[in-house]
Amino acid sequence: MTRVLPPGTKELAAPDALIVPPGVPTPGRASPRGPLRREGPAKLTGVAKYADDLVFPGAWYGATIRSTEPHATLLGIDLDDTFDWSQVVVVTAADIPGDNVVSLIRDDQPILVPIDGEIRHQAEALCLIAAADRETLRAAKRHLKVRTRRLPAVFDPLESTEEFSHLEVGRGDLKAGFAEAELVVEGTYRVGHQEQLYIENQAMIAVPHADDGMTVHGSCQCPYYIHRALKRSLQLTDAQAVVVQAETGGGFGGKEEYPSMIALHAALLARKLGKPVRMIYDRHEDLSATTKRHPAVVHHRTGIMRDGRLVVQEIDVVMDGGAYCTLTPVVLSRGVLHAGGPYRCPNVHISGRSMATNTPPNGAFRGFGAPQTEFAAEMQVNRIAEALSISPLELRRRWAYREGDTTPTGQVLRESVAALDVLEAAAEASDFSRHSEQTRRAREARQPSARVASGIGLAMGWHGAGFTGSGEVHIAGVASVELTDEGAIRVLSAQTEMGQGTKTIFPQLVAAELGVEGEAVEVAPQDTSVVPDSGPTVASRTAMVVGGLIVKAARRLRAQVEAATDRPFVDSYHDFALEHGGLRVDEHFEPYPNVHFDDATYTGDAYPAFGWACAVARVEVDLDTGEVTVRDVVSADDAGRIIHPVLAEGQVEGGTLQAIGYATIEEIKLVDGRYLNDRLATYLIPTALDAPRMEAILVEKPFSGAPHGAKGIGELPMDVGAPAVVAAIHDATGVWIHDLPATPERILAALTGAPTPAPPGVSAPAPKRGAA
Amino acid sequence: MPVEPPVASPRSLADAYALLAADRYRPVAGGTDLLVQITGELGDPPDRVIDIWHLDELRGIRVESNALVIGALTTYAELRRSPLIAEFLPAFADAAATIGAAQIQNRGTIGGNAANASPAGDMLPLLLACDAQLVAGKGDGERWIAAREFWPGYRQTALQPDELLLRISIPLATGRRVRYRKVGTRRAQAISKVVMALAWQADEAADAPWANVHLALGSVAATPVHAPVTEAVLEGAAPTEAVADHAASTLASEIEPIDDVRSSADYRRAVAARVLHRLIRDEGGW
Amino acid sequence: MSYRFFVNGDPVELEVPGMRRLLDVLREELALTGTKEGCGEGECGACSVLVDGAVVDACLVPVCQVEGTSVRTVEGLGTEAALSDLQAAFLETGGAQCGICTPGMLVAAEAFLSTGGSVSDDAIREAIAGNLCRCTGYTKIVEAIALSAKRRRLADLGPA
Repeated sequence: MTRVLPPGTKELAAPDALIVPPGVPTPGRASPRGPLRREGPAKLTGVAKYADDLVFPGAWYGATIRSTEPHATLLGIDLDDTFDWSQVVVVTAADIPGDNVVSLIRDDQPILVPIDGEIRHQAEALCLIAAADRETLRAAKRHLKVRTRRLPAVFDPLESTEEFSHLEVGRGDLKAGFAEAELVVEGTYRVGHQEQLYIENQAMIAVPHADDGMTVHGSCQCPYYIHRALKRSLQLTDAQAVVVQAETGGGFGGKEEYPSMIALHAALLARKLGKPVRMIYDRHEDLSATTKRHPAVVHHRTGIMRDGRLVVQEIDVVMDGGAYCTLTPVVLSRGVLHAGGPYRCPNVHISGRSMATNTPPNGAFRGFGAPQTEFAAEMQVNRIAEALSISPLELRRRWAYREGDTTPTGQVLRESVAALDVLEAAAEASDFSRHSEQTRRAREARQPSARVASGIGLAMGWHGAGFTGSGEVHIAGVASVELTDEGAIRVLSAQTEMGQGTKTIFPQLVAAELGVEGEAVEVAPQDTSVVPDSGPTVASRTAMVVGGLIVKAARRLRAQVEAATDRPFVDSYHDFALEHGGLRVDEHFEPYPNVHFDDATYTGDAYPAFGWACAVARVEVDLDTGEVTVRDVVSADDAGRIIHPVLAEGQVEGGTLQAIGYATIEEIKLVDGRYLNDRLATYLIPTALDAPRMEAILVEKPFSGAPHGAKGIGELPMDVGAPAVVAAIHDATGVWIHDLPATPERILAALTGAPTPAPPGVSAPAPKRGAA
Repeated sequence: MPVEPPVASPRSLADAYALLAADRYRPVAGGTDLLVQITGELGDPPDRVIDIWHLDELRGIRVESNALVIGALTTYAELRRSPLIAEFLPAFADAAATIGAAQIQNRGTIGGNAANASPAGDMLPLLLACDAQLVAGKGDGERWIAAREFWPGYRQTALQPDELLLRISIPLATGRRVRYRKVGTRRAQAISKVVMALAWQADEAADAPWANVHLALGSVAATPVHAPVTEAVLEGAAPTEAVADHAASTLASEIEPIDDVRSSADYRRAVAARVLHRLIRDEGGW
Repeated sequence: MSYRFFVNGDPVELEVPGMRRLLDVLREELALTGTKEGCGEGECGACSVLVDGAVVDACLVPVCQVEGTSVRTVEGLGTEAALSDLQAAFLETGGAQCGICTPGMLVAAEAFLSTGGSVSDDAIREAIAGNLCRCTGYTKIVEAIALSAKRRRLADLGPA
């Protein structure tokens, strides 16, 4: 059922969700599908310049010397004097003018391990070299030796004693809840690492200025994170440090924090050399050394009544942060806040801790803690549905949050709650009930000799839009809309384009506010010397938060010009600029009204608004081999206001396939703290033949705090795809796989009663010395 | 970082033989294995390379006295397109279709697969199961090497340093059936976890006994291997359920696969047995 | 050693080591940076080019083997001012997001469409199975290729 708001409606107060079928015109959108991708033609013709495409005459090639042990003392770096080191630049920790720290939350991660310092993970950066050509670089590497003394290593987060952070949220009375509950279902769920696998490897090129400054060009999501890191460690002023984002070939969170490290490396070499240095990773280095999704162990104890009522949830989350803190406390926080799932429960207690291990530090990846804990939450709901013989759809109908309900942090969900809308939309579009009945009958009639089993599974999720709690206040983002002296209109923000469509929706939003054609609005480059710091491009905040800033800025600009000229903006702005000169409107983030969070007690409004999603997956399982084919997935996602339907579908489809990969084939094994899956032949993502047919259903339940009603969409699909697939595997085979990925090895072991493979995410120890 | 060893690109087989007689070269055909291996990160790069891509003498598929002769430089795409393969050895086209994807199939060659000698080489169990003869040549003549003798050890072939693999000859026999199954890691661009080729001679009837049974596997040992104990179970037997059960459990004890980055010994053992069982069931129609 | 071949219809003659990868020759010697390196091991297809009409991974082709051949890259498919029908279809459906896989994807799709074979969903997916995309989930890529195929068929039919 579709409702269309009357044209010209300014109030985005639709109480019921809108479902946006493709092709249906809706107000605020110039065309049913949205404008064509702004930088599309450049990308389609090979003209767009990614970091490795940029040419800087005279640039040298940089390389990183990395540890081959998980835990050791660095005793020395020896340069063989039979090699001519005058052709090479070598940078060690001693060459760092400022702090030897990659600035994030805790100052624990060095840029380079100092001599007598502690190596804490495999592939940790020890020193840097640069040469004019790759032959010399390769030869230099062969003539350099690292001396270490090995130390004992810790690989299991459950055995680690070093904690990065811990957190507890909850409300109600756990003891009373368990006393009341008629049935208790327990479960432990483990998820392993996942690699972001942007097809463009990490890359940075540092170009020194004559005046001690440094410009860094490269692949990144957050130019201002890098800017801060450069200032601190190279002792540069705001103006001396310049970061310019190159066309970026995918990020997904993997280019949130790591680019600061590689930028610092390139910059240190360029500074010592006095010439540009290219630090372009190959795939092997990128897979071995950069951040991955945090593995997690999530334990649930859920108390229910036999009639299906949810009474109490006790949840414990342990995350593996790897060797250094990076953004781990925030990942844990988001994971904990979403761990109960999108369900109302009177008694909830969620505790979480993030632990250190001697593995490469883990970091941001689409979902940022929520896919891990929501996998566990949905597994638990589906297992409970089975225990109670209630349909997983029906159980969620009863449990899902409604407007006015309260979350574990005590947040009252006052508006923009689309849980039931996405649930019903996905269930209907996938014909869930009918197919469930079919698979049930097929399962009952199945012969022992059957080769293939079909199954259907459903999962729901929620995702807070923007930064947690007072995060957005701390970011204090600024974005601008400018009318230039020449009469052009420009949007200025630090939000980066990495395929999600920032450079298309920002002009679209501004043009709609100003009453001009989209093509009349330009987007200034993401260059820290040009644009203000509107915050990082993460956390599904770009459309909601920064989009909100530029909409407000555009409104103010229009008001000012129209007040001055007494004519509509579209007719007068060009003349105004030529006559009066340019005009720039900066919009500073202001906290959303009535959104209050207490960072100390972790209570209150964790997010200004939540997005909601539901996925239904159909699979076939080969009963001989345990191989899973995901045939199709229906995904219903609410993002408040769908600014650009084609781009929004693209986020749902792309995020869903990443979730499918997470559930099935994206496995990382470790030995001695080193990733074994360190080439694309061994780290597997789905090909076009592995990918299911996908149907994205876009739902709108606008958020009144944002001027355009939009929430976020980038991460939401990642929260629901995996548990939907695992539920479908159960529906097909009768086995529950508690570990991700649900590989054929795990499935076949469950089907045949063979021993379960080792849990994901924990490294095997080093092989014994002297073994064959 | 890619390495660029010196390369010679002979335009005739005679020129190639002359080069090989004078010095030690690593051959490059389609490049799908060699170009990945020579970066220097996976061992030392070769001192020099001989580019055999221009040797048309190594191309072509033809029938020759009861054998199908496949040039060493035949690509997987060519195998899939060949009417002769479709008629006489369709399992070879089935196997080629499971390798890589379009880009790899346009360049990877059956000769390269054999010479690379990976334990997971996808065509190799077929060559074993079909009694292939691999023809090697050098300046003073050619010699025929049985597939059974071609892979004496881990990533080794029986080729001398001055020999080139020229073509592969597969004997044809009426009534010979060949089946191929690969269990990979995903639906394209996948290295196998288990790869199996089963060949036998039988009359049309589903209950006809099998003769000359050859069962060969890849990814379960250091080289592609026969499974002679399991072959003996199937030899002279009709494809009944009892035979399938016996053959499957025999195979599970006969092979000794390992744990590696892709899969586990337990899984490989279990899946090899189950896949064999299914193959036999499909033939027996029960 | 000197090698002569055609790139996007233009003859080139280069003095380079024979084992230099075609990918490096294109990007560095010829400054055609449209073809991308995603893995250097023939797994991702970002470096796909056509050699005599066949789609191959340029990271696995030594330049000594393209002597006398015709190589086509994304730069030879169309220009920003004049997109090919396939490029236009990608733009319309949203088949490109971050764009790094796009050049290789277009080349593989072009090779497939040129064979004139069946354009079923399965056939399209098989044709691009060697081109990894992490952004789109492939849905809109398949849609673009099918759309382009349909338009080519209609164009072939000519005016009524």
